[in-house]
Amino acid sequence: MSPFRQSVEAMIPALRRYARALARDADIADDLVQDTLVRALRSEKLFLGGDVRSWLYTILTNLNKNRRRSLARRPQFMPLLDNNPDASGTEAEGRDIARALATLVEEQRAVLLLVMLEGLSYREVADIQGVPIGTVMSRLARARAHVKAVLEGERTALRRVK
Amino acid sequence: MTDPRIPVTEDELHAYVDNELPAERRSDVEAWLAARPEDAARVQSWRAMAELLHARYDSVLDEPVPKRLELERLASPPRRWIYGAAAAALIAFVAGGGVGWIAHGAAATPSVFQNFTVEALDAHRLYVVEVRHPVEVAGSDRAHLTQWLTRRCGWKVHAPELDSAGLKLVGGRLLPGPAGPASFLMYEGPSGERYTVYAAKATVETTQMRYASHGRDSALFWAERGVGFVVAGSSDRDRLTQIAKLVYDESEKLGGDVRTR
Repeated sequence: MSPFRQSVEAMIPALRRYARALARDADIADDLVQDTLVRALRSEKLFLGGDVRSWLYTILTNLNKNRRRSLARRPQFMPLLDNNPDASGTEAEGRDIARALATLVEEQRAVLLLVMLEGLSYREVADIQGVPIGTVMSRLARARAHVKAVLEGERTALRRVK
Repeated sequence: MTDPRIPVTEDELHAYVDNELPAERRSDVEAWLAARPEDAARVQSWRAMAELLHARYDSVLDEPVPKRLELERLASPPRRWIYGAAAAALIAFVAGGGVGWIAHGAAATPSVFQNFTVEALDAHRLYVVEVRHPVEVAGSDRAHLTQWLTRRCGWKVHAPELDSAGLKLVGGRLLPGPAGPASFLMYEGPSGERYTVYAAKATVETTQMRYASHGRDSALFWAERGVGFVVAGSSDRDRLTQIAKLVYDESEKLGGDVRTR
């Protein structure tokens, strides 16, 4: 296997994690990863060095943006039951964070996940989204504030019910 | 050395949490946080958020990678795969015009096709059980049916002859599709089994055929010159493949004239 393919292959688990958080639905997430890999392999000869990792995240982020654009014309369906509860932590918390993510606008969710889950630098995320670093930082700040508010809101709502 | 008296900004708090802050400014931020419990609580909440994310999603890293994501599978171009002798034995279907056949075991429905196939399968399930009103225009009125659907859908709708597969045209209807109108044709075999051919404008020009199954129904999807086709029917994949091949061949015969505009 070529060094290029080896580095692509090594990224599959992380791409699946990112896609799962981005798209929520496990099948759609793997569809995104599959499309990303197909594109990456197709462009193998065009890839003239550089960071394979960032490049794969870029493809996946763009594919998801396109997917959401085509979905925007249709009513949204959310999975009724989260069939992939987290392995650690409580199930309820896992659902909370997934639900909070779902309320974010697309660019903010991508920034939040790329920085907080995938550990990419602001510079890398700026390149992936094709925006200045300042935009990445303001998206990240807004995303964090929003998720915090949703998580706290849910907790307050629960307490009130009790 | 930066001036510790310079107030710490919101951006710097984020940068601090994300390890993006220049090393020489870290102690300033730490001093700032020690003096401001509200900011410290916010920084703490972001850390807790990161932990929630990892707790929720890190388990994906340990899942076995599904077969359909294996690079060897994805790397081999389907067309070359088709020309292989083993492939011919498996499927015995060679499509020209750049349309290939996805690997036999791939039950993948890539996201671009998902909407399409879901809509087609829904329509299939809804109408195949209809006894009295399965279609709007009966198959006996074939010419009128195709003219009407062509006018409404915006591409040349053709009702393929599937007699060689033992199927007769029951008729068709107009349906709302993922992005505009969709044509829906129903065929029936001697023992009453029904197959449907759903077509609508697709966002992709030309694709390989993809197989998807859901419960007792299954579907084959492909796109050709901007029109997506879904052939749906029983879960007998060989039979479905045979029918899809016929539908494909018939629409191929129309050459570059699939779209009227």
